[in-house]
Amino acid sequence: MDKKVIINEERCKSCELCVDVCPKDVLRISERLNPKGYHPVELFDNEGCISCGFCFLICPDAAIVEVRRPVKVKK
Amino acid sequence: MKTLYKMPEAITERPTTYCPGCPHGVAHRIIAELLGEMELTKKAVIVWPVGCSVFGYYFIGTDAVEAAHGRACAMATGIKRAHPESFVITYQGDGDLASIGIAETIHAAARGERITVIYVNNGNYGMTGGQMAPTTLLGQVTTTSPYGRDARANGFPMKVPEMLATMDGPVYIARAALDSPKHIIQAKKFIRKAFNAQARDLGFALVELISSCPTNWKMTPVEALERIKNEVLPIFPIGEMKVNEGVA
Repeated sequence: MDKKVIINEERCKSCELCVDVCPKDVLRISERLNPKGYHPVELFDNEGCISCGFCFLICPDAAIVEVRRPVKVKK
Repeated sequence: MKTLYKMPEAITERPTTYCPGCPHGVAHRIIAELLGEMELTKKAVIVWPVGCSVFGYYFIGTDAVEAAHGRACAMATGIKRAHPESFVITYQGDGDLASIGIAETIHAAARGERITVIYVNNGNYGMTGGQMAPTTLLGQVTTTSPYGRDARANGFPMKVPEMLATMDGPVYIARAALDSPKHIIQAKKFIRKAFNAQARDLGFALVELISSCPTNWKMTPVEALERIKNEVLPIFPIGEMKVNEGVA
């Protein structure tokens, strides 16, 4: 499945606000480094994400660029 | 996949110069979203202040002017009177608006200028290293009040929206906070009404945004938002102080 939260890792400053507000705890600070020297946030549990958009609303650095929800296919 | 939230087009590619966790970026995003939704991006002129948001014109892609410290409202008055078709916003901090620029702000409000003021209050002078501002809370430790702000020596925190709400010129005065997703959605509603006030040529509108300063408060970003909820919001309650007809 496609990612529900699109993250621009170059803009992330590792402030952890999105990790704090996430109601399902599906975000975490990764081990990687970005060009600015911060550890960017990552979505590690795509299935558990409910696309609530809290991370988008609280992100101060426009690092969470898009939040998407899968479209239900009618059978 | 259906897109629920997307960064507005007016936000530029350039990374912000703010500290990690600074809510300035949230305020920028709300303004950029509303300008896009109300189709005002081409007409908008944002008057940027002196302070941390001094480079704001790099982060929101509209026409912009950089004002001298505190003089954003005076400059916006001139722009709006010379170009009445433009949409003039000032973006100011608490040191800029409530301290050095309080005269310009009050007189712009009293004249009922058709401008929108976004007033970001974090309780200290962020850019210069966390000195005491007019909005610093009693007992708060800053670099110029090392034993905490004392009412007898330094006075009481200044509540600008309450003060302006007693005047006849402003048509919309409100205070919102940027400490949680719920309050951020509410802040966007308030700023939309403030933009309506100018788009419908009604009068002066001001929205105060309670913000944090993790670096100078010497806290993590998460602790700083907790402090807003526990210590700042009881002193600076959120809500609409003045709503004239036709704004909503």
